[in-house]
Amino acid sequence: MSAGNIACIFKREFKVYFISPIAYVVIAIFLVLSGWFFFSTFFLYNQAQLRDFFSLLPIILAFIVPTVTMRLFSEEFSVGSYEVLVTLPVTSREIIAGKFLAATAFVAIMMAPTLSYAITTASMGDLDWGPVAGGYIGSIFLGGAFGAIGIFASSLTRNQIIAFIVGMVICVALTLIDKLLFFLPESLLGFLQYMGADYHFQNIARGILDSRDILYFASLIFIALYGAHLVVEGKK
Amino acid sequence: MIEINDLTKYYGDLCALDHVSLTIEKGKILGLLGPNGAGKTTAMRILTGYLSPTSGTVVAKGLSISDKMLEIKKMIGYLPESAPLYQDMLVFDYLSYVAEIRGLGREEMISRIKELSEICGLREVMHRSIHELSKGYKQRVGLAHAMMSDPEILVLDEPTSGLDPNQIVEIRDIIRKIGREKTVILSTHILSEVEATCDRVVIINRGRIVADGSTEELRKSSESEYFLSMKLRGADERKAMEILSAVGGVRETLVEDRAGGDLSLRLLCGTSEDIREKIYRRIRETDWVLLEYRQESKSLEKIFRELTKEN
Repeated sequence: MSAGNIACIFKREFKVYFISPIAYVVIAIFLVLSGWFFFSTFFLYNQAQLRDFFSLLPIILAFIVPTVTMRLFSEEFSVGSYEVLVTLPVTSREIIAGKFLAATAFVAIMMAPTLSYAITTASMGDLDWGPVAGGYIGSIFLGGAFGAIGIFASSLTRNQIIAFIVGMVICVALTLIDKLLFFLPESLLGFLQYMGADYHFQNIARGILDSRDILYFASLIFIALYGAHLVVEGKK
Repeated sequence: MIEINDLTKYYGDLCALDHVSLTIEKGKILGLLGPNGAGKTTAMRILTGYLSPTSGTVVAKGLSISDKMLEIKKMIGYLPESAPLYQDMLVFDYLSYVAEIRGLGREEMISRIKELSEICGLREVMHRSIHELSKGYKQRVGLAHAMMSDPEILVLDEPTSGLDPNQIVEIRDIIRKIGREKTVILSTHILSEVEATCDRVVIINRGRIVADGSTEELRKSSESEYFLSMKLRGADERKAMEILSAVGGVRETLVEDRAGGDLSLRLLCGTSEDIREKIYRRIRETDWVLLEYRQESKSLEKIFRELTKEN
């Protein structure tokens, strides 16, 4: 894999997000949703913390990130530009890596304005910055993992709406898996919890960087991107 | 330069290419000709790495597509059918993006884009978005894209589709110019295009090569039939038919026109022997005046139809 080619694809994908109005619409929706969920209960607790914001973040991202990634492959397939792209001297791994980095960077940019929540909160009381830093680091991992899943979904179809729905269903399932299946026996639930993205995210968001949680997100990203690689190579 | 050996491609159980073998020399323009769905695009897509073959090998300049595809892609410039480019980019941005992936340096890139904008006539649309362009301009951007790194092999899938007649002539000139030093493979179903640009024609039908050679060779090899056209003054129609049909080798005598006392005839000659002299001597024995006398080979269209007709 050549870093130059990955950088080239990353740059193009990242730029295109901001050429089209989609980026601004998605960012606006994200900020409205997260802002509303956060501030609607913020003053009730009378505590200077962002725990509510981060506890709802996984489910919001599970809906938002697939809209960011749905076009990455599907649009190329339906326009036909994918043929132009793969016949340039790049490998499909470089293409996937470039697109993945662009999606993750976009999620990071989307998260950036929410730093103002932290600053506002800090001005009102004594904010513990540890969990806040953990929350933001965790949300990059989470955004990356959901981005990778979205890319996998996008590689399956030339229809962006189907790509969105497939990606969203997988992301939501991963977020809610332990809450949806609460009726299962305790032993099984522990395992399911370990499979869930929310559990690992909340661990990091408490301000504890554990290698197990990082390994979870890294393997999720790897599996999803490898899946996309297999799908794309299978189309040849 | 390029050796295609026993190439087969199946889409499910549809056979798109059926054991195709072909050797393409350097510095030649090769035209792939065939009806829709014959396998032209599939062959090009395999060569450019978009598809992988079901079986068979392609070796370009000693490199095989199965393990050295990246190296091969570096020396191939490819224009897919109908130039599916990124719709949301400016022409200049798009060309810089291609230049960057192709590994051109900053200064090299600017001068190359300038040069290509001259060659392909893109100067006025450089800062327009690609989706605003007409089909002809998109095609030209696609051509500039394919030629960006001055590749040794240029693969063009229907390069002149959607262009107006002036542009077609321009693009053909460009292709011919490139074809002097580089290897060009182009597909088309416009027969006059093949005659105007290609050194060699390969006709594909249903995934098989049915003819291969220069346009001249194709004409010669497709049976030994040709036409003799003539215009006679002062000839009686029935008598002329009778006399000329009697000459050995004439299969058919057709009257084309008999305006103003001049009789126009077409003889279908079904022999490899040149019977022009025999016919001339036969006419000299009469008191007719021979105004025109011309040998016509079969048109490429007719050859094409014979080779690719459904049966």
